[in-house]
Amino acid sequence: MSYDERGTWVYLVTSAGAYLVYLAIILGRVVSTPIAHVSYVAVLLRTTGASIVASTVGRTLVQTVAPGDRRSDVRDKEISRFGEYASRWFVVAGSAAGFAMALARWEYFWTANVIYLGFVLWAVAGSVVKLAAYQRGL
Amino acid sequence: MTNSIRALRFARGEMTQAQLAEHVGVTRQTIIAIEQGRYSPSLEMAFQIAAVFGVPLEQVFQHPASDAQVR
Repeated sequence: MSYDERGTWVYLVTSAGAYLVYLAIILGRVVSTPIAHVSYVAVLLRTTGASIVASTVGRTLVQTVAPGDRRSDVRDKEISRFGEYASRWFVVAGSAAGFAMALARWEYFWTANVIYLGFVLWAVAGSVVKLAAYQRGL
Repeated sequence: MTNSIRALRFARGEMTQAQLAEHVGVTRQTIIAIEQGRYSPSLEMAFQIAAVFGVPLEQVFQHPASDAQVR
């Protein structure tokens, strides 16, 4: 497994994991608070930050435990471009939905979470596409 | 597209995938992917691989369509 492929696994796990933690915290607060009034900003920012830190630490740990060639060659770059290209529509959809919600004056909670979900799906879908390309070819 | 890289490596003093990767400037995983047919190299990389073995490109890579005769 190449350095970039292992990094993609780490990124997939930390991105999905951070979002699931965020979701669990928010849904826990819905029990006592109307969902549109749930305090979500701090949780969103902290889980996003934790995801970035976990991804960096995880990648370093994986390279330490199972050291390998750290170069990114032409195949790694092609797979990375392919994954980003295939998953870009999630960001577009999330942004478009958030834009429509803002125009319709929906609660900030829904607008922010739809855009955030778009980014999460972009990260997760992009990682899955890249890993499939590594395993099965482009 | 199929290739004869594995056979050519063994015919060249049992060259390892890592050694071939070093010559071509890619990672060992890329050489593995090429040998297993999971990655088609660029034309430039294909020529570099053929040059490592000192054989024509056609002896390294084969494409079924190229066997078809032009009528």
